Parts: sequence; structure tokens; C-alpha cells
Amino acid sequence: MFGSFIKKSRAKSPWIMHFDCGSCNGCDIEVLACLTPLYDVERFGIINVGNPKHADVLLVTGTVNHRNKKVLKNIYDQMPEPKAVIAIGACGNTGGVFRDAYNVVGGVDKVIPVDVYVPGCPAKPEAIIDGVVAGLAKFAEKVEDAG
Amino acid sequence: MNTLILVIIGIVVAPLVGGLIAGLDRRITAWFQSRQGPPIMQAFYDVAKLLGKEKMVVNQWQILCAWVYLIAAAVSVALFFAQGDLLLVFFVQAVGAVFLVMGAMAAKSPYSQVGAQRELMQILAYEPVLILVFVGFFLVTGSFSIEAVWQLDQPLIAKMPLLYLALGYALTIKLRKSPFDFSTSHHGHQELVKGVLTEYSGPYLALVEIAHWYETVLVLGLCALFWSTNVAWMAVLLIGTYLLEILVDNTMARMTWRWMLKRVWLLGMGMSVVNLIWLYAG
Ligand code: SF4
Repeated sequence: MFGSFIKKSRAKSPWIMHFDCGSCNGCDIEVLACLTPLYDVERFGIINVGNPKHADVLLVTGTVNHRNKKVLKNIYDQMPEPKAVIAIGACGNTGGVFRDAYNVVGGVDKVIPVDVYVPGCPAKPEAIIDGVVAGLAKFAEKVEDAG
Repeated sequence: MNTLILVIIGIVVAPLVGGLIAGLDRRITAWFQSRQGPPIMQAFYDVAKLLGKEKMVVNQWQILCAWVYLIAAAVSVALFFAQGDLLLVFFVQAVGAVFLVMGAMAAKSPYSQVGAQRELMQILAYEPVLILVFVGFFLVTGSFSIEAVWQLDQPLIAKMPLLYLALGYALTIKLRKSPFDFSTSHHGHQELVKGVLTEYSGPYLALVEIAHWYETVLVLGLCALFWSTNVAWMAVLLIGTYLLEILVDNTMARMTWRWMLKRVWLLGMGMSVVNLIWLYAG
């Protein structure tokens, strides 16, 4: 019984962490907009934490480049399982308008596994909230598969 | 036999009440900011989720420290419910508080270190106030036992109003609310990234959280003793105090530890001493 309560709680209390991999700040500002009274993501139990060790969901904005890919990997490794990664914006998904630049590796999935892609330039707050919800469903599945 | 039942009630019911209070707190805070806020059960979801996460520790000390913090908090609540000795309650909860700091010190991370130093400052600020409040209890009832309080026919608050205000300071510090929330910033993305709690993760963070619920109930229980003669007034007093706490939390910015020491030692201890002299002379 307690086990099923834990499983249910996962979807009800996603603590997100937001990492900016060199975005233009457009997507970041939208992520932060989700926390304002207008969108109020705290309704869903979402808290924006600043510490990978407390986080369940990693939101990544911006293109990954050769300098910050190690940081991204490091942050991902510090998050305890179960965890989900959500790539936000055109840059996070593929590299966006910067994908041809010489220092750019590309999307977030070049470095760490991504569960959900949220499109847009910048991504809308509604789309980001949708993405987090979809991410939670994904990681519920993952936990189910792992037993 | 009765004592045993009380102890069990204390250990089982206190965290449930503490969790509900935490949930209500977030609802009311959201209401202040004209948001809707999370469900009232949110604190339980958070802890259940944390319990189900991978166990990641920086070193073995943290496991021990998280457990000792939880056990000390639970034992102090149990002693409180068993009508035990106030001094014993005080020392047991102090042991817990120190172990939380030790766990944070065990990790090398600067956030955790700074948080631990600040937490020590907080302990330094509220412990003397708590002791003075207990001295007040002693002067009124002639004993440190909680049982003696229930035998009074006049509420304690009539005799020690200033000590109650001083206890309010201790409550704010103990609940880690603004303006005294500098060892664990409320919001994780602030300068401290959760301070003392930075290096606790997963199930161990959950233990610390449950211990915090116990402590909330313990300090609110101390406040309740101030109106021990009438249950209705006791409830009014508690609800009023906690609402005031939330209001202060939402209207204040975080201050520095120097400001806190000055405020709490000068005002808090000053008020306590004045009240004690009044009790002693009167
Ligand atoms: S997707 Fe657009 S708004 Fe977002 S970081 Fe890239 S360029 Fe900026």
C-alpha cells in the first residue's frame, strides 16, 4: 500500500531543476514565468529547486556546446533516480538557429537521454507545463518497467 | 499505561499534524500571493516521493546524522506528550539540532558548510530563549514537569506574556521562516541552494523533513501550554500564533545572522528577563 502511495506521489510532487545551456534567455524567462501567479505551477506540487540532488525533473534550455556539455552531464549524474529530462525550445531540441556554429554540439540528447521535447522559440509556458506532465507520465512508465 | 498511550499518540500523530500544518502553510502563503497553491496533502506527497528515490549520500555520516535528528525529534515529542520533564525535552531536541549541523558539516560542499555555520548561529540564538521560557515555567509552577502546568487554574499567558513573545522568536527560528530563514532558504534557487539541506537527498531528505514536522509540533505544543486551562482558547492562541508566523514569513525579507543575534538576544532575552524578574518579585 505504501509502495503504491510512493508511486502516486511521484507524479504529484515533481521538483524541477532548470539548467541553462547557453540559451538566449528567451526560454529561461518562460520557464520562470511558469512559477508566477498567472501560471502557478505550484498547484501541481512543482517546486523549482536549485539543487540537482533534490530534483526529479531536469529542464534544459539552450544549445549544448563543448564547454558546458560536461557540466550538463555532471548535473544529470547528480540527480537521484527516478529522474526525467525535458529539452525546451528549438535550441534544446536540436541546436536551433545555432546548430551550425562551430562550438555547438547540438541538442541536449547528444549528451544525456531526453524524455520529452518541448518545441517553440521560445517555448510557451503552457507547453512547458504540458511537457513536465508528459515527462512525469514517462517516468512513471520507466519505474513500472524497472519493477 | 496512560503514559504509554500518550507516547504512542505523540509519535504517530505528531508528524501527521506537522505535515498537515506544512500543507496549510503553503496554501495560505499561496493565498497571500493570490495563487491557488498545492493540495493540503502536498507535504506527504513530497516526503513519500523522496522516500522512494535512489539512496545517494556523500558519506556515511549523513545517514547517521539524519537518523539521529529524526529520532531525537521524535523522542522529544514523545517525552512532551508523556508529560515529562521540560529540561529533558529541551536537551533531547538540542542533540537532534546539533546532529543536523554535523551531517551538513560532514560534506565538503561550500553551500552545506555555510548553511551549517548559519544553523549553528540560529541554535545559539533560540536555545537561551527556550531555556529562559522554561525557567519561567519553573517560577510559576515550582517544577519543570509539564504535569504541573495542567494543574494551574490560571493560564500561564497571564503571568508570562513577554515570555510568550520571546517564544515567538524561537518559533520563527525553529520553523526556519523569514526573516530568520538563512540556514535553509525557503526557495531552493537562492544564494544558499538550501543550505544545511543541500547535501541531503532522497530518503535522507525525507527523514529530515519528518523530523522538522515533529519539531513544529513540539514548539507549537510549548505555545499551547500557555493556555492550558481552556481548550478553545488554546486553539485560538495556536492558530493566531501560526497565522502571525505565516504573515511575518511572507512580509519579511531574509536578514543577516548579526541582525538576528542582536534582535533575539536584546529584545527576546530582554523581554524574558523582565518577565522573569516580574515573576520572581511578584
Ligand atoms: S529556442 Fe529560441 S528563445 Fe529558446 S533559447 Fe533558443 S533562440 Fe532563445
